[in-house]
This record gives sequence, structure tokens and C-alpha cells, in this order.
Amino acid sequence: MDNVLMSYVNAFIVGGVICAAGQILIDKTKLTSARILVLFVTAGAILTALGVYQKIVDIGGAGATIPLTGFGYTLVKGAFSDVDKYGILGAFTGGIKATAAGIAAAIFFGYLTSVAFRPKAKR
Amino acid sequence: MRKTMTDKEYQNYVEKKSPNSNIVRNVIRAFIVGGLICIVGQFITNALRMRGYDQEKVAGVTSLLMILMGALFTGLNLYDDLGRFAGAGSIVPITGFANSIVSPAMEFKSEGYVMGVGGRMFVIAGPVLVYGISASIVAGIVYFLLR
Repeated sequence: MDNVLMSYVNAFIVGGVICAAGQILIDKTKLTSARILVLFVTAGAILTALGVYQKIVDIGGAGATIPLTGFGYTLVKGAFSDVDKYGILGAFTGGIKATAAGIAAAIFFGYLTSVAFRPKAKR
Repeated sequence: MRKTMTDKEYQNYVEKKSPNSNIVRNVIRAFIVGGLICIVGQFITNALRMRGYDQEKVAGVTSLLMILMGALFTGLNLYDDLGRFAGAGSIVPITGFANSIVSPAMEFKSEGYVMGVGGRMFVIAGPVLVYGISASIVAGIVYFLLR
């Protein structure tokens, strides 16, 4: 039970810190949210390739995988494991394979909700 | 002794004082909301692990459900309200990625279902996929060469 409780505490802290870092970037640099997202995915990919992000995931669990840096983490982790299996081809297949559920869900659910709902009138 | 300031000095003074307290407030909000969203993700992860799913399945189903929720809350016009409060706390989690797809797609529905919805879905998600996937390919190639 203690482990379960700690997993929530760790997820809250690690996830919170990553989001706080994003907020500091937004406020200090005036980066648009699109640039923040691109920056975070790329940063997650690079940190994973350097072996750093796995340690953050080991501590933070969903706190590290739910932020968009975790998307970069899953991409690179997938690319590495497919390189182990299939050689250079794996660099091209692994990333999308590992993130397939998320990408497909984003496209499909994104499309359905966009069609089903109307935007609120601008305030 | 009282120092009088020129307009410019005063402007600098105000700029130095006011945004800082705003930044602290914004960062705290982002921390709390972002942390809470991650707790939801951790809850799904733990629930799936208890059912004995393997790591890959847990990760896939968790991101699928988080994206579904992000899309749904955007459709119900709740996510943008959350975003006004939480800033990066709602942008950085993967629910924000779903929001970045649904929000422009809904808004430009009037331009039609192909270029309006289908095209605008990727205004932000497109760059994320381009840079994320490209970075993973480069990393994979480097890993292959150094292995």
C-alpha cells in the first residue's frame, strides 16, 4: 500500500516540476505553446538517448511519461529496442511502433470529438 | 530622500515588480494542475498493473485513455477553461496534446471536414510529430552506429 501511495506522490512531484518548467519557459521567453510542446518532445528524446530520462521515469512513473517529454522518451526507447532487433531499420520503425496507440488515439478521438462538438462562442 | 524617476525608469520598475509575482503564481498553478493530471495517469497505470498487464500494454492503454479524456474535455469546452487557469500545467501533459488537436479542428469546422477539421488537427500536433519522430530516428541511427 505504501508503494502505491508513493507512486502518486512521486507522479505529482515529478509531473508538477516538468509542467512548472514549461510555465517558466512560457513566462520568461514568451514561447508559444506549440514551440513548448516541440521543445519538450525533443528534449525528452535527447535526454532518453543520453540515458537520463529513464532515471526520471523510474522515479516519477506517470509523472514522467504523461508530460510530452514522455512522448519523446517512448519514441526513443522504441527506436533503440527495434535497432537491437532489426538493425538500422529499427531506427525508423521503433519510434512510431512504440507510440502507435497514442498517435492513433489522438488522430481518431481527436477527429471524432472535433466533429461531434461545437466550439463555445468566443467570450 | 525621494528619488524622482523618468517615465522609462518607472516602466522598468513596474516591469521588474509585477510580472514576477505573476510568474510565481503561474508556476504554482502549473505545478499543481500538471501534477494532478499525472496522478490520474498514475492511477490508470496502477489499475492496469494490478490486472497483470505487461509494461507495453500499460503504457499504450494509459496514453490512449489520457488522450481520450483530453479530447473529450476539450469537446465539452472545459479544457480551455482549465488552460486559462493552469497554463503549462494543462499544455505539457499528453492531455494537452489532445487538446492541441481538437481545439483548432473544432474552431475551423466551418472550413469543411477535409481542410477544416482534417487539416487543422495538425497545426500543433504536426510539428510535435515531425520533431519527435525525427529526433527518435536520429537517436536510433546514432545508437546503431555506436552500439
